[in-house]
Amino acid sequence: MWTYEKRLQYPVKITQTNPKIAQIIISQYGGPDGELGASMRYLSQRYTTPYKEVAGLLTDVGTEELAHLEMICAIVYQLTKDLSPEEIQRSGFDKYYVDHTLGVYPQAAGGTAWTATYIQSKGDPITDLHEDLAAEQKARTTYDNILRMVKDPEVCDPIRFLREREIVHYQRFGECLRIIQDNLDSENFYAFNPSFDK
Amino acid sequence: MNNQPNRKEMLNMINEISFAVLETQLYLDTHPCSTEALAYFEECSQIRNQALKEYAKYYGPLTIDTATSACNDRWSWINDPWPWQEGGC
Repeated sequence: MWTYEKRLQYPVKITQTNPKIAQIIISQYGGPDGELGASMRYLSQRYTTPYKEVAGLLTDVGTEELAHLEMICAIVYQLTKDLSPEEIQRSGFDKYYVDHTLGVYPQAAGGTAWTATYIQSKGDPITDLHEDLAAEQKARTTYDNILRMVKDPEVCDPIRFLREREIVHYQRFGECLRIIQDNLDSENFYAFNPSFDK
Repeated sequence: MNNQPNRKEMLNMINEISFAVLETQLYLDTHPCSTEALAYFEECSQIRNQALKEYAKYYGPLTIDTATSACNDRWSWINDPWPWQEGGC
């Protein structure tokens, strides 16, 4: 069960359109290390974890990621609002425009549509948490790559906020891994799958 | 209304206190026995709930649970701008 809150987690107010930058930033919506994948990954993994701390964190971080993809979509929407056909052609946005007009669609910067093959739900909490820790780092690297390309402070500001969140989530997932290992044989953490083997 | 609170200030305050609530929520997921974090959560959560009610009274609801505080003769949920729009939250 979810409810909607009619505000962005962090404000997005962009006054200058920039379709070139929008095409890069959209990767954090539907790209390989984007927010949609992050949310689906955590919300899928939580069902079979036997640890209440981990189920709680996957639920709450998976929910926060939904707020992040809404911020990314708001950025893309505002960067491409009311573009003229000339601006679309000049900026190279025409390849996106032909399939989606100015609609917001989950795809990578290179044009590949979002796919569930970006994520895994392995049914082993240690395996899954290693994926989650890596995912937070990959998203952080992507935000760093975006920040090197973007100069508009109105765009950089919410992107920096999202980058910070990757670091906080990494810390919390690290604590989850520690909690799981505290419940296992310290000399043989990987002897069995805590979700499956009894 | 002269004593009507400023919309932008109210919204910033809601964003900030909601962020504090979320940060503490995630921290408590992995530190469920931290009495300090529990007290901070309690404090922030109360301020947030009050602020959401206040905001709904003047500028329309941000959550469905505060839609009744909006006291309007029409459904303001769809009337006020959406968060990604100009003038939205």
